[in-house]
Amino acid sequence: MKKISSTTVLILASLLVSFNAPASNNGIRLDSANTDINNQKSLQNGAKLFMNYCSGCHSISFMRYNRIGKDLGFSNADVEKHLMFNANKIGERVISSMSKTGAVKWFGLSPPDLSLVARSKGTDWIYTYLRSFYKDKSRPFGVNNKILQNVSMPDVLWELKQNKSSADFDQTVRDITNFLDYVGEPAKLVRFQLGYKVLGFLSILLVFSYLLKKEYWKDVKYGKWRAKD
Amino acid sequence: MDNNKNWIDQRFPLSKVWNEHLAEYYTPRTFNFWYFFGSLAMLVLVMQIVTGIFLTMHFKPDETNAFASVEYIMRDVNWGWLMRYMHSTGASAFFIVIYLHMYRALLYGSYKAPRELIWILGMALYIALMAEAFMGYVLPWGQMSYWGAQVIISLFGSVPFIGTDLLIWILGDYAVGDPALNRFFSLHVIALPLILVVLVFLHIVALHTVGSNNPDGIEIKKNKDKNGIPKDGIPFHPYYSVKDIVGVVVFLMIFSAVVFFSPALNGYFLEQANFVEANPLKTPDHIAPLWYLTPFYSVLRAVPPMFGSQFPGVVVMFSALLILIALPWLDRSKVNSIRYRSWPYKVALGIFVVSFIVLGWLGMQPVTPVYVFLAKFFTIAYFAFFILMPWFSTIGKTKPVPQRLTE
Repeated sequence: MKKISSTTVLILASLLVSFNAPASNNGIRLDSANTDINNQKSLQNGAKLFMNYCSGCHSISFMRYNRIGKDLGFSNADVEKHLMFNANKIGERVISSMSKTGAVKWFGLSPPDLSLVARSKGTDWIYTYLRSFYKDKSRPFGVNNKILQNVSMPDVLWELKQNKSSADFDQTVRDITNFLDYVGEPAKLVRFQLGYKVLGFLSILLVFSYLLKKEYWKDVKYGKWRAKD
Repeated sequence: MDNNKNWIDQRFPLSKVWNEHLAEYYTPRTFNFWYFFGSLAMLVLVMQIVTGIFLTMHFKPDETNAFASVEYIMRDVNWGWLMRYMHSTGASAFFIVIYLHMYRALLYGSYKAPRELIWILGMALYIALMAEAFMGYVLPWGQMSYWGAQVIISLFGSVPFIGTDLLIWILGDYAVGDPALNRFFSLHVIALPLILVVLVFLHIVALHTVGSNNPDGIEIKKNKDKNGIPKDGIPFHPYYSVKDIVGVVVFLMIFSAVVFFSPALNGYFLEQANFVEANPLKTPDHIAPLWYLTPFYSVLRAVPPMFGSQFPGVVVMFSALLILIALPWLDRSKVNSIRYRSWPYKVALGIFVVSFIVLGWLGMQPVTPVYVFLAKFFTIAYFAFFILMPWFSTIGKTKPVPQRLTE
């Protein structure tokens, strides 16, 4: 019997090995983004970079300015001064000011909302994508992208890429990626800590529930429960 | 206290129900690992109902708002993310628990006489659960919700003669859209949960009428003491209630590990593509249902279209599901438990388990010639288990069955 159950468990466990089809990336291996959601400095820097370089065209419409401030440790005044370029009230959602018709005219399509890009494409994809622009004279903006061929987006980070060392530039992209990972799931900031507490509580409960079971089952072992008849 | 109890007992059979179903419901004393999953299934059902109630308070069953309302729950609703992850993880957990529960029945012959009705009610539960899960998966209105629904519902369109009308009747439209989303919501939060709860009640009533099976597959009621209590039986409460608490805690630890540390579980419990809002104009490269439906999806894809119709595949797929109901009559073995079965049965069960798992895996993969061949091969193996059972369950030498329970 023991044999059957252990084989079954083994088969089921092997099923859990990751199979997830990666986001389409033109057959190129994605670099590991290596982001750390608990690194607040990186998240803050990512937020600043996103607001300055990305939010002109891309919305993150499921995210509100004051929530970003609260979660990433910015004061409301800081958010209003350094992050809020397209809104009047701090409780508003992060919506780009670009008009949809204008976007279609200038880029061929309207830039996608990035609220959930980290969840649908993964952080590795974002990290690799932003570092994969190359010069291509045949394209309207003079650039193309290795993992998203004939992309409509210009290489908005080109200036940073030129002025920084390659390690520094990687970190810059990593910070943006980290921020987008947070934007994809703000609960990520709290769920790990809560998870440890819940598991800690359940471990203690397990000890006591096992001892309770053992105590009761002593009766079964000695047939004592029948004595009460 | 006693006065209160008497007052109630004169008006409602509280003590009687308590005794019949818990304190004096005698269960075999040798339940092992496989016997945790019945009570765990009930736990998950309750958890799904409670988290579902909270999700329903904030969800908008509307083509234009559904996707955003789920993200609203994930961000702006206090503890909304926890309710949502518990609910999405709960859906997969439900199937894990149910598959292990059903496998237990296969191991120990729990479906055999006199427990055929328990098995049939359980199968009805399983089918209702599949419908419930499928409709729940459509609600977040992501790309996979939409296209998964499009693929599954279009199967009804392949029914000869009435297909087209049937499809429009189900969808309330020519394609999956707002009317479908609304009616799936209604079925998901009212109709199917009611059916599930009623079926669980009937499943347990039937179980408590005949009594639980056990790892030896023998009737403990055949050996009673002078008080009419089975010698190998112990009262469910307190012995199995305290034992099940241990099972519940272990289950909750695994469950919490997923909810808090990997709620998407590499795309197994929440698919990446479903974080993109449904777009009727953009078909995803690869459409696959969630893991718990993939064995049957594989069977569907294994059958080639005949006479220009997908209908044969649909028939085979539903047969793969419904044939399980016939199990109590296909199994002709004299013994119930795997412990005393002959070797041909053990081999067949092994092949069946492997086929089911491989079909499940294939259902998540893109279609390639090799995979289609494998799907055909294992579909045949899957059906062979049932069709050949009346034969292989009777051949070979069974071991002698003991009179009393063994450890």
